[in-house]
Amino acid sequence: MATQPLPTGTRDVLADEMREMRAIESLLLSLFAERGYQEVATPTIEYQDSFARGAGPEGAATYRFLDESGSVLALRNDMTVPIARLVARRFADRSGPVRLAYSGSIFRRVRPQRGQLRELRQIGVELIGVGAPGGTAELIELLVAALDAVGLDRAVVGLGDADLFPQLLAELGVEGAGRRRILDCLANHDLVAIEAEAGDLAELGEAERSTIVALSDLRGGPEVLERARALGGPAIERASTALAGTLDALAAGGVADRVRVDLGLLRDLGYYTGAIVEVYDPAVGEAIGGGGRYDDLLGRFGSPRPAAGFALNLERLHIAQAAEQEAGEGR
Amino acid sequence: MMTRALRRDPSGALTLALPRGALFEGCLTMLDRAGFDTTDLRGGSRALVFELDGLTIVTVRPSDVPTYVESGAADLGVTGKDVLAEQDDRKVYELVDLGFGRCRMALAARAGGTDLERAERRFGLMRIATKYPRTADAYFERVGRQAEVIEVKGSVELAPVVGLADGIVDLVDSGRTLAENGLEVVDEIAASSARLIANRVAHKLRADEVDAMVDRLREAAP
Repeated sequence: MATQPLPTGTRDVLADEMREMRAIESLLLSLFAERGYQEVATPTIEYQDSFARGAGPEGAATYRFLDESGSVLALRNDMTVPIARLVARRFADRSGPVRLAYSGSIFRRVRPQRGQLRELRQIGVELIGVGAPGGTAELIELLVAALDAVGLDRAVVGLGDADLFPQLLAELGVEGAGRRRILDCLANHDLVAIEAEAGDLAELGEAERSTIVALSDLRGGPEVLERARALGGPAIERASTALAGTLDALAAGGVADRVRVDLGLLRDLGYYTGAIVEVYDPAVGEAIGGGGRYDDLLGRFGSPRPAAGFALNLERLHIAQAAEQEAGEGR
Repeated sequence: MMTRALRRDPSGALTLALPRGALFEGCLTMLDRAGFDTTDLRGGSRALVFELDGLTIVTVRPSDVPTYVESGAADLGVTGKDVLAEQDDRKVYELVDLGFGRCRMALAARAGGTDLERAERRFGLMRIATKYPRTADAYFERVGRQAEVIEVKGSVELAPVVGLADGIVDLVDSGRTLAENGLEVVDEIAASSARLIANRVAHKLRADEVDAMVDRLREAAP
């Protein structure tokens, strides 16, 4: 008899992997708890409206269905929006910081034959009620501690600014479809297309075009902030000052050398404001996690306050840990 | 990707994936001009990995270059824009238009004929054979014409001649292959040329080395 297949992008986890992933999860949840981040859980399904309210139409969850009363429900495609909803509802009167941790599955669309997963295990934290740069620095320090705890002591945190390009384009008078196209090219890091798109925009001069291209490829140590400032303009000045503030706040915690400034960094979720991060390990060819500030998100649920968080992909952490162990044996 | 895509040697020489195909000669010329010794690559060797001075070369099928670079098995790669457009969900960084290997993605049909119009009018859609189904779908979506896209792996020009399809979407260089099969370009879809692409993590973690190599190759591009 033929065996029963699984849907594309889903998989069974067998005992060895499950044990190792559970070990990483326990390690991180206890680290988070030590730092004051208490674990919570939100439902796997929520009203679709909740995701749309948090992340906008482009952040809409992929897997939607109707319940018995005709309401549209969705499998969560993100952990941050549900936690923002939870905090706005359950911690409405709390004036101090709220520190929460979670570990759970999210569901994303996949393309067949690409090895992508439909169900991803995410583990992370949210720090609500603490603004930049102090809150951002606290999170990055915790992120580096989490990577070290798992044995990824070569992993690096890329630090960028989600508002930089939207503000720069506004400053240069690029609006509407042209703005959308340039932001899309940036999200794909298609420098050839950015040059072509910028060339098509009559409102841009030669210097402004090369500023957009140069800025999107500018990354490295703190010195790149000076190179960015040399490109000029209030949007770049604001982002450079904000990034320098975050780096200063990090210097005290001793993790600044694990952070790379990346002015071309963009995240694909619609709620980020200000500092954004992505995590890379030299043994793995793709980002293993990310996050950032989302200072406007709580307001969308009626309880405005600054907030930020990060999530790590548990499967990729596990792959990176195994790779680092193998690399360590070879060294 | 969630495959166990481990980088070959995250601390050794950068790895560049080159396409064994129409762009290969242009890539070798570029490497020569950048000061690399390409003698081994030019020999009839069946080897797939070559160690140059400070650069590891892996040679793969053109359409596989984005796969290697996305996973981090190669840090950099050269492939045609046609391949990148067809695989537009690959998370790689497109850094430089190298300028060689220029050609056009085009819709073509039998010369002097009205096959496409007739098929649309009488049957409601055109049958289009192509090696680039996603590029073709996106094009027909954009221009608002209905087409049934038939994926074939090679000899696309044959399809309209024997009646498998009413037209084709394919890369056109000089147009000679089309002419020899009695076909002509009906519409140009996009221009293509060789592009230098980078793995996202290598681009961040080895920024200085990647930038230096990108500059060196950019200046050497024909």
